[in-house]
Amino acid sequence: MARTRYASDPGLTARMGVTMFLLGAVLTGFVIALYFVLFAYADRHGGGSGGSDGLVIISVLIGLAIAVGGYWFSDKIALSTARAQVVTPQQAPQLHQIIDRICALADMPKPRVAISPMGVPNAFATGRSSKVAVVCVTQGLLQRLDAKELEGVLAHELSHVAHKDVAVMTIASFLGIIAALLVRMGFYHDLFGGGGRRGGHNNNGGGYTALIMLAVMAVGIVTYAISFLLIRALSRYRELSADRSGALLTGQPSALASALVKVTGDMARIPTRDLRQAEPLNAFYFTPALSTKGSVHNLFSTHPSLDKRLAQLEKISRQLGSSAG
Amino acid sequence: MGFLDALLGRTKPVQPKLDNLFGLPSAAVTLQVATDFRATGTGSVCFRAAEGKAFSDIEHDVRDLLNMGQNKTPVDVSEDSYGFTWLVCHHSPDDVEGLVTDLHAVNSSLQDGGFGPQLLCTIVSFRDGGGRRLGLVYLYKRGTFYPFAPQQGERRDNATELQIRGTLGEDLKIEPDLSRWFPVWGAPGL
Repeated sequence: MARTRYASDPGLTARMGVTMFLLGAVLTGFVIALYFVLFAYADRHGGGSGGSDGLVIISVLIGLAIAVGGYWFSDKIALSTARAQVVTPQQAPQLHQIIDRICALADMPKPRVAISPMGVPNAFATGRSSKVAVVCVTQGLLQRLDAKELEGVLAHELSHVAHKDVAVMTIASFLGIIAALLVRMGFYHDLFGGGGRRGGHNNNGGGYTALIMLAVMAVGIVTYAISFLLIRALSRYRELSADRSGALLTGQPSALASALVKVTGDMARIPTRDLRQAEPLNAFYFTPALSTKGSVHNLFSTHPSLDKRLAQLEKISRQLGSSAG
Repeated sequence: MGFLDALLGRTKPVQPKLDNLFGLPSAAVTLQVATDFRATGTGSVCFRAAEGKAFSDIEHDVRDLLNMGQNKTPVDVSEDSYGFTWLVCHHSPDDVEGLVTDLHAVNSSLQDGGFGPQLLCTIVSFRDGGGRRLGLVYLYKRGTFYPFAPQQGERRDNATELQIRGTLGEDLKIEPDLSRWFPVWGAPGL
């Protein structure tokens, strides 16, 4: 067996595993809580939960449609939001060459390559499988980074593809989507639809129905809040993983670190109009286009802080450089 | 990569496959018999240098090893615009076996140092009577070869490449996925 300089990061793996386990636990709790809320009512009143079970089914169906649609068309949605065009090797020979080589090093199929005309220096990878994956860089990134830094960023993005991050994050977000829909629909139901049908079943039904609806919404809000934090944590761990794999792939953690510093530093000087345009795509980006300070922000953000990312890359650099291997 | 590795976001660097490289000498004979292409005696190893002293030590050792060998192979070292390092070995045109031995020495030195995943490809160059160039590119991670026939102005001669694929099908493991036949423009020694 050949010697390997690859060292896994058990801490990161464990944190990611725990986060995913908790997400699963929240999903289970969510289903159980809904079940009790709806059926406790139905038992007492001989069926008919005032339309709130229908509401749940509709929410799940719409949530499923959003998640599957987002998953299936992730590449098209992201490309059109970024106004990106897929480019051929003739149109962007240098970019294609860099990606060719990274793919040959990593033994992975080559994704499509796209360039976005945006001035924000950024890159993202998306697509439901490695066969239809697309890696996109913005003009701003191409202008600011040299070949080595660009290679580091692309290796990071290709690691996202290898880790199937679109699929993982879609599945993880599914719960949050349903919970949010449930709350929103419960709200509209109370406002517009609820009042008219209340008296139909029995005289006490109105009060109970309102209570059930409130309980369903409460379950939804709690689930949404917890799953939101977990999904963001998972996203940050996936970013650290992609940094790590990308740096090991090229053997140049410092080039990626330098790219991160350049891109993050530039973020502060970008006009607000561009920032707002870039906002919806943040989850797939190399670095998010919005940056604020503070620990609360860290808890909510999709990407780890620059300091954390740099610290990890420094550690990998030391590991690579040590002659002990 | 397994399901669990994807789920937990771990990618292990791919180790290179070195052994298939030894099919080259017989492939060179086949090319000589079936086509006009002759080996030029030049071959190169391309790898992505890792940062840090560990890698540069190994790189120096490899150069010393090749320069001090019994037949004193001249070795050129260059870095291309993508940051990849090329070690080019020159042998006499009829000594493909010696060339492959030298290339293998480079590979195994890197692999023994733990830097096997940094190996990108090896190219052994051929030329025909009319001066057309042909490189047999060995992809370390796949353990497969593909022909690369560059022409003027970053175009490649696909007809020749496909013809060579047919010719060498029995001698070498040819990369079946055409999308992985990536061009290596301006490869040193080609």
